[in-house]
Amino acid sequence: MAGTTTGIPANVTQGSQTKGGVGESMLRPDGTLKVTGEFAYSSDMWHEEMLWGQVLRSTVAHAEIVSIDTSEALALSGVYAVLTADDLPAAKNYGMEYQDTPVLAYGKVRHHGEPVALVAADHPETARRAAAKIKVEYRELPVITDEASATAPDAILVHENRGDHHAGHVPHPNIVHRQPIIRGNADEAAKKADVIVKGEYTFGMQDQAFLGPESGLAVPSEDGGVDLYVATQWLHSDLKQIAPCLGLPEEKVRMTMAGIGGAFGGREDISMQILASVLALRTSKPVKMVYNRYESFFGHVHRHPAKLYYEHGATKDGKLTHMKCKIVLDGGAYMSSTPSVVGNASSLSVGPYVVDDVEIEAIGLYTNNPPCGAMRGFGAVQACFAYEAQMDKVAAKLGMDPVAFRQKNAMEQGTIMPTGQPVDSPAPVAELLRRVKARPLPPVRQWESSEGADVRALPGGLSNTTHGEGVVRGVGYAVGIKNVGFSEGFDDYSTAKIRIEVINGEAVATVHTAAAEVGQGGVTIHAQIARTELGVQQVTIAPADTQVGSAGSTSAGRQTYMTGGAIKNSCEIVREKVLEIGRRKFGSYHPAWANAELLLEGGKVVTDGGEVLTTLVEVLEDEAVEVEEEFRHRPTEAFDLRTGQGNGHVQYAFAAHRAVVEVDTELGLVKVIELACAQDVGKAVNPLSVIGQIQGGTTQGLGVAVMEEIIVDPKTAKVRNPSFTDYLLPTILDTPTIPVDYLELADPNAPYGVRGIGEAPTLSSTPAVLAAIRNATGLELNKTPVRPEHLTGT
Amino acid sequence: MRVNFTVNGRKQEADDVWEGESLLYVLRERMGLPGSKNACEQGECGSCTVRLDGVPVCACLVAAGQVEGREVTTVEGLADYAKHRQDAHPGGGCASGACGTSLQDAQQWKAHSAGGATDSQTGEGTELSPIQQAFIDAGAVQCGFCTPGLLVAADELLERNDTPSDADIREALSGNLCRCTGYEKILDAVRLAAARQGEVV
Repeated sequence: MAGTTTGIPANVTQGSQTKGGVGESMLRPDGTLKVTGEFAYSSDMWHEEMLWGQVLRSTVAHAEIVSIDTSEALALSGVYAVLTADDLPAAKNYGMEYQDTPVLAYGKVRHHGEPVALVAADHPETARRAAAKIKVEYRELPVITDEASATAPDAILVHENRGDHHAGHVPHPNIVHRQPIIRGNADEAAKKADVIVKGEYTFGMQDQAFLGPESGLAVPSEDGGVDLYVATQWLHSDLKQIAPCLGLPEEKVRMTMAGIGGAFGGREDISMQILASVLALRTSKPVKMVYNRYESFFGHVHRHPAKLYYEHGATKDGKLTHMKCKIVLDGGAYMSSTPSVVGNASSLSVGPYVVDDVEIEAIGLYTNNPPCGAMRGFGAVQACFAYEAQMDKVAAKLGMDPVAFRQKNAMEQGTIMPTGQPVDSPAPVAELLRRVKARPLPPVRQWESSEGADVRALPGGLSNTTHGEGVVRGVGYAVGIKNVGFSEGFDDYSTAKIRIEVINGEAVATVHTAAAEVGQGGVTIHAQIARTELGVQQVTIAPADTQVGSAGSTSAGRQTYMTGGAIKNSCEIVREKVLEIGRRKFGSYHPAWANAELLLEGGKVVTDGGEVLTTLVEVLEDEAVEVEEEFRHRPTEAFDLRTGQGNGHVQYAFAAHRAVVEVDTELGLVKVIELACAQDVGKAVNPLSVIGQIQGGTTQGLGVAVMEEIIVDPKTAKVRNPSFTDYLLPTILDTPTIPVDYLELADPNAPYGVRGIGEAPTLSSTPAVLAAIRNATGLELNKTPVRPEHLTGT
Repeated sequence: MRVNFTVNGRKQEADDVWEGESLLYVLRERMGLPGSKNACEQGECGSCTVRLDGVPVCACLVAAGQVEGREVTTVEGLADYAKHRQDAHPGGGCASGACGTSLQDAQQWKAHSAGGATDSQTGEGTELSPIQQAFIDAGAVQCGFCTPGLLVAADELLERNDTPSDADIREALSGNLCRCTGYEKILDAVRLAAARQGEVV
């Protein structure tokens, strides 16, 4: 077939691979804007003559609202509007799974910091002062703060008239959802156990603490609608909740994604979207709203704090016989995604282990504590903390090495989950553990090493609290399992619109999705997929907005799988249409158009034998091909409400950690020296981003292990530390080196074999650090975070 | 009140400044320089780090009136500052050319970033300081909200210590929180910038 082949064009002779495709460490397309300060985050929005919105929040956790007096606030110069629930234009409640959350409290407040009134003014300080002049009279009610107070027979109900679909199945109206899982016979299996280990664990309330505060700009439009520029994880979910509260049809609420300063689940629920829109519609002026850090702690849901009660049995030779557990998750005052968190916690409560006989119960509570919902790891984190502590305890009781014990019981491909669902893709649990264990340990007493004595390497660091006396080292291991994507029968899909055309003599693809780029690198891989599928170099990523179909949420580790899948899908159809045009134009010149497998590579149409037929530019000329397609993962089903059986999950992700810590036993100070991770990522679409995600997730797990916790007063249900002064986050001094070893064992059911990456490393990092501290100190430590007083017994 | 000061080498005048306003508010909302970020407004996170007469400070903790007659460098002026580091008066104007983000500009960045999929691979069209380029190359930027503050702090570190140890880097950046990266790639970026500086000399 050499010689004259295509007829046209003569200058094209060879196919070439397209650079920047799937599997390469491409740099972020928004990197330059982000390092020059030009990238517009939601709090950077600005409009001429805009007003500033401010929320007045409840100072008590549970109370009847007797009266609200806004007259003094309204009288302040520069104030344009002061609104209460009575002024809301339409629906008064919103919510992701069930609409139980008031836009502004009416009748009652159910948690500390709940929005009660709204102000719009010409300067943010004016708005704050006006809000402070609103007089709210509360009649306080007793607070529900834990399982005992929530489920007492005479307990006050957090929500008196529940209309949600869980209400009929729960044992008490203050229980949001209950998911048992019964498989085999745990009592019978327990008789075979040579050792039985019980444990009670407490997981503190963690905050997502993304750096970019809740913020955005609402601009009233001439048609009576509103244009909304906000940072969110899921535009279309927001839209469905916002429009009814504004009394507008969805097409009159046009949402555009503004730059997002991190999310981690905290932007899955509505924050200021409705509030700013209501003010904009009311004042007919653009309204900007930016929560300060104090408000941000009240403005989004947190990770569910949990109590976990576990029992494991094992035979002398180290095989697990059975597991029983009860997991109590505190959902706080409103539902948010608590039912799904309960489903995850129960179905993943065994961890990545083979246990045939289980008796599991997970419940989510309504209380007067701050509302809890989505956060990275979503219900699996709390369970992992407990089952990994149990694994160490059982291994210790058997006198076995904790890693060897885990490996002996590790699940693998083909294992049946406690829900009855088979694990039908690689599950390299034992291998991940082997890899973190095989890594050489960091040198001991490294504060004395190489560069001489450096007090900064010791627990306490620059505070110069020790010179090494009383410092002991410990090593700990953990591994976890996380589901990827939305489970339990949810119709999970994503949409991508792909366009290809010739611009300035070059074929250019445009990728338009509504997917949120929260920092994880979606925009980078979207272009990589389009390059790979369409063989073009130039890819434009269009702004995410509601002009294209839903991409679903940037959460649950699902976006590369789902929106990546949608882009791949749509590109495949685009490719077919392009080839169709090619056949029409050039089919008569070369038989390959009709009978060869044709590819798009390097801007050319190429046969699978590598022969170039023509260029995309020649094919397209002034035609454009555009396709908008949805992508769905394989369907899942709900868990049975009594037995918990059902094929509820799409895919699983696995990560293992080894933590090395040094503890100053005199002052109770911990220094994490190294936190090594091994994870199966299925396929690393962008290795640079993969490592970034794993290191970031690992650090959030470290945070909850040793410092992060929203402290809620158990008597008043008031939040005690809503600031970065009092809610401690790991700094660069608290964070060790995080070596990452990733495997690429493709999931045959996923696009390119990908496996969700972002969540799994958050699971095992916390129990690994705890295990290392226990190893160093010999203390039991069944609570996160570990504080100095837990280590010194003071 | 009126405040006169120099921002990124350009004389600026802010009118009707309320006495309680922070430098951060004046930069972001009055000067149209939103590069310095508003994450905690309490001096805990370092996202708003700028240089005031060369010294790194949290702009949220500086009262606007305190900057009267003084020189401020923000991330928007970092490339220019780095370029003129040896000059008596570093900084020659707003590096980005168009300071500030109006709604229109904000919408345009999307178009720009969209078209820029390969632009930023090369840094084409924008002159960056070594530390800015290193942050991109090392993958130290994820959500990027902490990035401007980290860049200003890291640039100052490299100015006074061109061969920092890891412990030096950790100490210098300990006032800047990052929630996305786990800091490892930020360390990589500073090491990379230091190495590249070394090559130039």
